[in-house]
Amino acid sequence: MSKRVAVVVFPGSNCDADTLAAAQAVGSDAYYVWHRDTDLRQADVVILPGGFSYGDYLRSGAIARFSPVMRGVEAHAQGGGAVLGICNGFQILCEAGLLPGGLMRNARLKFVSRPVRVRVETTDTPFTCLSTQGDELVVPIAHGDGRFVADARTAAELEAEGRVVWRYVGDNPNGSTNDIAGICNVARNVVGIMPHPERRNDPLLGGPDGARVFQSMEAGSCDAARWRSSR
Amino acid sequence: MAPYRVEVRVMPRAALLDPQGQAVEHALHALGFAEVKQARVGKHLVLEVEAATRADATARARAMCDRLLANPVTEDYHLAVDGGEAA
Repeated sequence: MSKRVAVVVFPGSNCDADTLAAAQAVGSDAYYVWHRDTDLRQADVVILPGGFSYGDYLRSGAIARFSPVMRGVEAHAQGGGAVLGICNGFQILCEAGLLPGGLMRNARLKFVSRPVRVRVETTDTPFTCLSTQGDELVVPIAHGDGRFVADARTAAELEAEGRVVWRYVGDNPNGSTNDIAGICNVARNVVGIMPHPERRNDPLLGGPDGARVFQSMEAGSCDAARWRSSR
Repeated sequence: MAPYRVEVRVMPRAALLDPQGQAVEHALHALGFAEVKQARVGKHLVLEVEAATRADATARARAMCDRLLANPVTEDYHLAVDGGEAA
């Protein structure tokens, strides 16, 4: 049976339609949930898409993390349900405390929009379970506030616990700590990624690599029960 | 209840790279202000709040900073209430 995938729409989200299409392309039963709704309608997976929620006012994600839907997202995550935050979604998850660290202005200040190469560092998440460790993917980035930072202790924990999920290869586009492009929480069900897998999920869009993330999500072996039991 | 003016200064944490501050520093050097040893860029918020006492206003403002106005992972903040130093 298809995974039920809730794509949350905040005021200022702009990757919601691409994300919905990428989930539907792998067979998921994907649908939108408006940020003022609190009912995720029996979602198996929740995706917080990219964009500029609330205009990035104050800090990227700082206001969206208090949207009513986030209470449902937090409950879903605490129950072991899979959550993926893409770009602005990653920023929101960090602001909400569902992921450690934070995302700051790119080291070279410019908004960077281009494909980058990332390496899959762990397959032990709902969004990389069909990948092979060491796989390299070409996926686009499009962010001004993409520099992942964490204090030395948190960064060491992420490394020691295998919670760096994707890492930039060759060139780090934003100056992030340890070249980090994506991480997961301790329970491994909540994942954040700065690049946009939904923007490069088909040869027509320049390459198929991003589809891996959605195929993993849809694959049967990635069900919530597993992540719940592994906590 | 009385009106208080709360000013909040939010700065990137000292240990973290502040690329905006660096850009400003370089620009000042380019203009001949060689005496600038470091520049950092933060933000300044001004709140008008109603509170019974200055201590109450300060406590509420601190709660606002902890919940929303500053991110403790990346930023430090400093409060001034009614022009007086509260932090």
